[in-house]
Amino acid sequence: MITRSLIRKALPFLSLAIVLLATFIVQPRTMSYFGLNLMMQYAVPIALATIAQMFVITVNDLDLSIGPFVGLVGCISATLLLDNPALGILALLALMACYGAVGALIHLRNLPSIVVTLGLSFVWLGIAVLILPSPGGKAPEWLKAMMAFKMPIVPLPIIAALVIGIVVHLALMQSSYGVVARGAGGNAKAMARAGWSMLNIKVIMYALAGFFGVLSGLSLLGLTTSADAHVADRYTLFSIAGVILGGGEFIGGRVSPLGAVVGALTLALAGSFLIFLKISPDWQIGAQGAILIIVLALRAAVSFGEARS
Amino acid sequence: MSRITSFLRARPWAWSFIAAAAVWLATVAYTGGQGAGEILTAALSFATFAIIVGLGQMMVISTGPGNVDLSIPATITLSGVVAMKVMDTDSSRMLIGIVAALACALAVGVFNFVLIRLLRIPPIIATLSSSFLVLSTAISYGRGIRIKPPPPLADFATARIAGIPIAAVFVLLITVLIAFALRRTFYGRSVLAVGQNERAAWLAGISVDRTRFITYVLSALLSGVCGIVLSGFSGGAALNMGEDFLLSSIAVVVIGGTSVAGGRASVPGIWGAALFMFLLVTMLNTFGASAGLRFMLTGLIIITVIVLAGGEKESR
Repeated sequence: MITRSLIRKALPFLSLAIVLLATFIVQPRTMSYFGLNLMMQYAVPIALATIAQMFVITVNDLDLSIGPFVGLVGCISATLLLDNPALGILALLALMACYGAVGALIHLRNLPSIVVTLGLSFVWLGIAVLILPSPGGKAPEWLKAMMAFKMPIVPLPIIAALVIGIVVHLALMQSSYGVVARGAGGNAKAMARAGWSMLNIKVIMYALAGFFGVLSGLSLLGLTTSADAHVADRYTLFSIAGVILGGGEFIGGRVSPLGAVVGALTLALAGSFLIFLKISPDWQIGAQGAILIIVLALRAAVSFGEARS
Repeated sequence: MSRITSFLRARPWAWSFIAAAAVWLATVAYTGGQGAGEILTAALSFATFAIIVGLGQMMVISTGPGNVDLSIPATITLSGVVAMKVMDTDSSRMLIGIVAALACALAVGVFNFVLIRLLRIPPIIATLSSSFLVLSTAISYGRGIRIKPPPPLADFATARIAGIPIAAVFVLLITVLIAFALRRTFYGRSVLAVGQNERAAWLAGISVDRTRFITYVLSALLSGVCGIVLSGFSGGAALNMGEDFLLSSIAVVVIGGTSVAGGRASVPGIWGAALFMFLLVTMLNTFGASAGLRFMLTGLIIITVIVLAGGEKESR
């Protein structure tokens, strides 16, 4: 039985399949291990940043600082982590703690997350520029080796992105704490009255966002091999768009981790697809915007019917 | 003391002016009183642009949670590019240029609303995707060399009388108009009503759609105005001229005391916040802070201001 809600859930996957198929048709040579590996190179850091964003969106907030944060993690890892691993790990842990503290601050003072994370994005960028005024540094060898690892048959980025999506999906959608966390986005008052500490939930969700942000920064550094404070500035918007493309909503705790990863992959792939189409570089971003609009319009059409039937 | 706190509580925008004054005093104290006036004049000139788009962003944010216009930077760029290209340094073509640029901005506003209303795309994503399209249009149309603004436009954007930029007076006029619209017109009251409770506003007979439509178009038009004046000010349009305004348009609205949840707008706060943001950068420059330190302190101070000013009061 094909219901509208099923179509709605399947839409992110269908979009990815269509973009992938279109890419194969336009450029058949991409239909190979090497081609896929190349196109999906950046899938892992983007997927991780999107997951980070998703945790914040789950509790009805928005993180405008994730892009610069990913850049900062790269800068720290290419310098401190390389020279002094113990100190580097400590610094990364401190960053995650910062994220949790920001969650606490936002909850306790009832602050608009958009503004706080906006300010935070300057802080991350500032620290990153202080550490590395110009692009440089070096990725630790183990990180490069990890990202360059060749899996048999299916390229690593695809497997890794899917594993990330599935693990987080199980954790957030199936575990009882996941239900509580999403409930906090759905109706914070009800959860608080049921005895759950909203403060704890926010701190944990923000700390998780920090954790996945750190992973994103590390994996990105493994690919780029040298760091740049501005390398991930676009990740902020990419991650938000990915969550929404994947079927998430800004309010109500309605998110889908697997969908978010798939949404992020679709956007990343769309970039390669447009290059293969030989669209004038002037229209590259525009076409990306158009793809976003088309997918969301489709979803609106499906949901509209869902509400009526 | 309690009188002061109650004064501040009733006027959330006062914080931004206090912050701006404090930052200015700190700068002047550091230089030993040198250049106090020049700093204010420069702040007024540069703040002007953030104020124009901030007013539009304020109206959009006031129409309720989730409403925000991320297409402002792209619209600024497009209108700047169109204005410069149509005017083509010819003073007699200024009017056509302005009309063409504003028409483009108008089209962006209408397009945003269509995405939000007909396609039911959340405003953040809708204006983000449309900004991609708009930016691509600007890039492809504005290809090539930088065209200088016609002299009258450049004069208008840069002239000063007794240290006060003419453009700032012009923006003050727009500000007064918007403040009047918010307080005294049906449209303005509708914006706040829709922002406070969409359903209640609808039941009271307000057309939510029409209110939002006007608001998104207004924001786009103000971005258009900003694009034109900014190109006059900086000697031509550039493809990255709008970049800074994504963050600053939102920051001036919120630091100025407008509620992010919608329904409560603070017009004077936009001025205070825009001046504060610019004076802050001036202060850090005067202190000789490096780029990294400047970014970091700007961020920390924005967070401090919002923490001090307090968040939304618990609703219900």
